[in-house]
Amino acid sequence: MHFGLSEEQEMIVSTVRDFVETEIYPHEAEVERTGEVRPELAEAIKQKCLDIGFYASNFPEEVGGGGLNHLDFALVERELGRGSMALTHFFGRPQNILMACKGDQIERYLTPAVKGERMDALAMTEPGAGSDVRGMTCSAKRDGGDWVLNGSKHFISGADHADFIIVFVATGEDDTPRGPKKRITTFLVDRGTPGFTIRDGYKSVSHRGYKNMILEFDDCRLPDAQVLGEVDGGFEVMNEWLYATRITVATMAVGRARRCFDMGLAYAAERKQFGQAIGKFQGISFQLADMITEIDAADWLTLASAWRLDQGLPANREIASAKVYASEMLARVTDATLQIYGGMGLMDDFPIERFWRDARVERIWDGTSEIQRHIISRELLRPLGA
Amino acid sequence: MKVLVPVKRVIDYNVKVRVKADQTGVELANVKMSMNPFDEISVEEAIRLKEAGTATEVIAVSLGAQQCQETIRTALAMGADRGIHVLHDGDLEPLAVAKMLKAVVDKEQPELVILGKQAIDDDANQTGQMLAALLGWGQATFASKIEMGAGEAKVTREIDGGLETISLKLPAIVTTDLRLNEPRYASLPNIMKAKKKPIDQFSPADLGVDPAPRLETLKVEEPAKREAGVTVADVAELVSKLRTEAKVI
Repeated sequence: MHFGLSEEQEMIVSTVRDFVETEIYPHEAEVERTGEVRPELAEAIKQKCLDIGFYASNFPEEVGGGGLNHLDFALVERELGRGSMALTHFFGRPQNILMACKGDQIERYLTPAVKGERMDALAMTEPGAGSDVRGMTCSAKRDGGDWVLNGSKHFISGADHADFIIVFVATGEDDTPRGPKKRITTFLVDRGTPGFTIRDGYKSVSHRGYKNMILEFDDCRLPDAQVLGEVDGGFEVMNEWLYATRITVATMAVGRARRCFDMGLAYAAERKQFGQAIGKFQGISFQLADMITEIDAADWLTLASAWRLDQGLPANREIASAKVYASEMLARVTDATLQIYGGMGLMDDFPIERFWRDARVERIWDGTSEIQRHIISRELLRPLGA
Repeated sequence: MKVLVPVKRVIDYNVKVRVKADQTGVELANVKMSMNPFDEISVEEAIRLKEAGTATEVIAVSLGAQQCQETIRTALAMGADRGIHVLHDGDLEPLAVAKMLKAVVDKEQPELVILGKQAIDDDANQTGQMLAALLGWGQATFASKIEMGAGEAKVTREIDGGLETISLKLPAIVTTDLRLNEPRYASLPNIMKAKKKPIDQFSPADLGVDPAPRLETLKVEEPAKREAGVTVADVAELVSKLRTEAKVI
């Protein structure tokens, strides 16, 4: 067993850390103020990322990606997690699911996504279908040789900048002993397709500038060539490729928690009350001890789950544990740091209030804490017949 | 044209430096170490010369403990071609470093050596100048611009009161100032390639140099803490305080 990083990993971490500190941090206040990322700024970040060969680092080298394994990629995302999501979004990491592209889909979607020429977004959630993915009502029906899509999706992150969207819709229903079960198919839908509209979503308390969009399909006609994977094979595509996205949430939570903690630690050492640094009061120092312990625990849990994926070991429960623990750890660390800052922590002069707000969504998206606990406990109980 | 770039492993510029309790030096245990920022500028400049077709090979050289190889790897990940490591545990003073660099220059025969103007740990600002003297080469220190010509280099130097442009015959020594360039990030492909690039290792004895320090450090102390400032009511009070208290006018 070996817990150290290799020289390459050390360099990956320090390069991405430098990038985030130099190219992302200086623009964060602007994004918070305006709720937007200027197109020139987005383009500049993307271009710099392309220049250093880190764009699509999660894709295999054979398709033009950086060829990082899950563990190395988790290290990249941990560093990116320190910065504003609205900005690090342009440090391109296309959805792995595009590896399911076949035939001319490779040239139309996979290759341009990896090269940064076209950006993607993923659409699953609907107003009536959150954790219950199969409850989706957005559907596609056969008409002639085509598919006709109707319905809507919401909370679609990145759809404002996307050139195409990977959309999951219901394409039928099977009767099973446990009741009717929807069949799901994945479609690639280009922005501008007739009958397809992308509009502004809600104003979120978390991650300003990283917009959530609403998609509407109104008799949107698509040929078979737009089906990603097999017809009715949406769940298989999802399970094969979206499995690992929870590691993203976990590892980014660790990165952000560490940035927040370092600020809290520095403040505790510097801020004086009652004639001494507040870090000398046990009420603060013990909190710092608990915070770093939890950050390290979440870090190792997350990296270990990524490592398991690389080893081809079962990792579903471990990834769920990492996701739930890291996102909840982030909530505690940001809250405790805010408490160390006192009233100033709530003011937008410091990024602490932002970290605290941003932390809230991490327990909800990519599978709520409840869903992760369900996955963990199901894996434990099933073998016992319960 | 070969370009040799010495790179030094130093305490990272972000680290708050602390003096050891026994006052023998600064605390290095569990402290983040990085390439001296001026040396990063040197590496960047050398790589740009290679990209421009002026340089054919960029060699990064570092002297010191085994971990200096990490610093060399960083240079390789930025785009240097190969590395040379002179392994030595213990203090190295600028003269010893310059002597060993001279031995490396004799071996490699570069036409240009680009060094950082100083290292941010001891701020000595001596190695480049000493190396030039030992080699009998021309030197252009504190460079903010380098233009290569046939058999010569035109270097703009940052000097007190402005800029000075000098021309010097190759081979030559150049030391870099802050404004020469902005070092690049290591690229992912280069990071992955860095491991495969060769690093040759030597000892000071191999180079025929005795690295023993000639100076003895008696004591290291933190600089005196700055006292809080005062707000003065008007210019007259300021002038009077500058005269009577600060005694600077």
